[in-house]
Amino acid sequence: MSTEHHIKLPEGSIEKTTTTLNLGPTHPATHGVFQNIVELDGERIVSAEQTVGYIHRAFEKIAERRPLYQITTLTDRLNYCSSPINNMGWHMTVEKLLGLKLPKRVDYLRVIIMELARISDHLICNSVVGVDSGAFTGFLYVMQYRELIYEIYEEICGSRLTTNMGRIGGFERNFSNAAWEKLEKFMAEYPAVLKEFENLFTRNRIFMERTIGAGPISGDRALNYGFTGPNLRAAGVDYDVRVHSPYSSYEDFDFEIPVGSTGDCYDRFLVREGEMWQSMRIIEQAYRKIQDMKGADADVYHADAPEYYLPKKEDVYTKMEALIWHFKIVMGETQIPPGEVYHSVEGGNGELGFYLISDGGRNPYRLHFRRPCFIYYQAYSELTQGAMLSDAIIVMSSLNLIAGEMDA
Amino acid sequence: MAIAIKNYSRATEYNNIMALTNETIKERLIAKFADQLSHFEEPYGLLTFEAPKELNLKVLQFLFDDEELRFRFLTDLTAVHYPGGVGRELAVVYHLHNLVDNIRLRFKVFTSIGQPDVFTATQLYSSANWMERETYDFFGVNFVGHPNLKRILNVDEMDYIPMRKEYPMEDQTRVDKDDAMFGRGDLPAAASTGPVETPRAANEPRTPASGTPGEPGQKQDWPSDTTKIS
Amino acid sequence: MVMARPVRFNIHPIKADMKNNIGLADMPEGYPGEGFFATSLSNVVGLARKNSLWPMPFATSCCGIEFMATMASHYDLARFGAERLGFSPRQCDLLMVIGTIAKKMGPIVKQVYLQMAEPRWVMAVGACASSGGIFDSYSVLQGIDQVVPVDVYVPGCPPRPEAILDGFMRIQDLVGKESIRRRNGDRYKELLQSYGIQ
Repeated sequence: MSTEHHIKLPEGSIEKTTTTLNLGPTHPATHGVFQNIVELDGERIVSAEQTVGYIHRAFEKIAERRPLYQITTLTDRLNYCSSPINNMGWHMTVEKLLGLKLPKRVDYLRVIIMELARISDHLICNSVVGVDSGAFTGFLYVMQYRELIYEIYEEICGSRLTTNMGRIGGFERNFSNAAWEKLEKFMAEYPAVLKEFENLFTRNRIFMERTIGAGPISGDRALNYGFTGPNLRAAGVDYDVRVHSPYSSYEDFDFEIPVGSTGDCYDRFLVREGEMWQSMRIIEQAYRKIQDMKGADADVYHADAPEYYLPKKEDVYTKMEALIWHFKIVMGETQIPPGEVYHSVEGGNGELGFYLISDGGRNPYRLHFRRPCFIYYQAYSELTQGAMLSDAIIVMSSLNLIAGEMDA
Repeated sequence: MAIAIKNYSRATEYNNIMALTNETIKERLIAKFADQLSHFEEPYGLLTFEAPKELNLKVLQFLFDDEELRFRFLTDLTAVHYPGGVGRELAVVYHLHNLVDNIRLRFKVFTSIGQPDVFTATQLYSSANWMERETYDFFGVNFVGHPNLKRILNVDEMDYIPMRKEYPMEDQTRVDKDDAMFGRGDLPAAASTGPVETPRAANEPRTPASGTPGEPGQKQDWPSDTTKIS
Repeated sequence: MVMARPVRFNIHPIKADMKNNIGLADMPEGYPGEGFFATSLSNVVGLARKNSLWPMPFATSCCGIEFMATMASHYDLARFGAERLGFSPRQCDLLMVIGTIAKKMGPIVKQVYLQMAEPRWVMAVGACASSGGIFDSYSVLQGIDQVVPVDVYVPGCPPRPEAILDGFMRIQDLVGKESIRRRNGDRYKELLQSYGIQ
């Protein structure tokens, strides 16, 4: 709890003292468990103090006990609205450590999945901003298409939400025909739905009045606070990890980075909308590129790295080398080079970084997740200084705070 | 308020204006700090070096202010515990990023576990505030000058420092977890005859839980038809 | 592999078998007559309660997103009468703890449970709420039944929306069959005593 400190009431206040309000860990507006203790002067916020850690699950400690391929399930649960991005980011970190090179098709498949996950994440954020400002219908419309994205994930990895998708070196199986058909259905139907969602909100007078001017931040302050992702781009800085440090063949794609100007809630909403359109562009380009692949290239879904990628079961049961590789990988006898590597991907909320220190053993010596939500939530007290309480609620949901990523 | 769409789809655009290289950064740093900096390496292309802990703010300030180096974004701040290094057990690691020239940098300061005091970077980077609190919470590094150094992710009453290597992952105060069944601790003596005895004594109080299964062989006093309650 | 459920996203849809797939709710046992129906009070009250439960979603993490999917139109929880989600425990019957509960959060679950009025039920959704899930670490409460008595556990990581709906239907069974004297009885009092709740 916050200690007693004398809070100066602003000029012209008619109150004698401030009211302490606990926007507690369980609150309909806090999507996830984090707490804000706000001091209110009437309806205006004088100061806010954030408390996090209500869902601290000790990922970094658990990761020191698990072999590298088992940590993927932990990374799912960071930003669980877009877990494939976390999975792919982790796999890329390990591939950087091991020095694996992936075939282009694997990269393009990863790009499709990551962009689908980004759409899924932004859909939740934008529709929840709508719900918090009172408009529930948009949420229901877009959840239908999130269900289609979940079905695509299911075809690829079996799970809807915490996907554990892919392996170190590629994917565990090739995309099935049903997955491609569902993807085509998504690409055909989704743009109309996104347009309809935009029509409900973007030029809606009530929504604009609620969100314009709520929680603005300048580019300099945002950079100083370590903002990344859509929140930073809404403040005017066009930093996107996919463009600055391209990974997984993102340099082969043609897309734009939507950038805002004032960094308020409306800009964040529009930046996320714009990013969803750009993600659709990327998915279509990747789909084209994969369909155009011919011959042997068209079937490859993992790197040719038997030391790190489990061989096929038929080979394990019939061939000696495959059996030995399988044994070595599972029992941890493979050569993992000692060293430290930092790799980051553009997650739904910004730069999701993995700092991995390996001592040559099966488990990491130290694994640290650079979690964007944790870093930019610090700025919440500055964003809501002097704002009304209802604006503070909208700011909280437009920042897309995911508690799993915040507390790790 | 209007959205300006800028087209930065070609990463080569950034690579072309990148005149700053790791060698240049290293030269500038050595020119400024002489041989106080050490252990220059480039694992996986990222320039890494070590600074003494008294100089961490000076290095950060130099990298921030210098017009050619321009490292103005603190990507990450964390710590690592090396129980083997005597006098250098805790390493605080800073990851910096020069967004304009697109170069990253990592530098470490080592401190001993007996006196883990490091100057805080919150004056320079507001993002260091919570990152240092997290490092304090997990590793016990005392950041001198931090405005609000207290635990952030763990419970306030926690009396040990969880991420240090000597502390285990699991909660040691659990009474209902069976070590033998999880492959830890002593195997039961009569492993081949009869059901496995749990290490818990027969008269130890059970954790009250409405769904916990009882000991093997214990008669449950729940009604057989749970739809008719009391 | 063809999918049997009648879902719009089926690529090769099958016509749903409507004739044999309709469930009918039975009347409770009782004596009907001209303009009256005599049955026991607990049956009637149970029937009314179970079809109008007001859940309180205590959503903390990933399972919360699956709960949002359950509330959305695809898997609609409102069909079961749980249209109105209350966010104040004082107005709710069913506490759904959805997601991991850390030790920091444990007292808050207990406090929310205490703020609920009888009759109240608790559903632990997800592996983390049931038993700590995959997080056997120093900071995670290994199951909310360490702090509150739980009626239904829904396993899964995260459980599919169908599983959450199944758990909800089990709660409805419990609610419908519950005796109205249960909450005043000795066994219930003993149960609460063992959790330290008066």
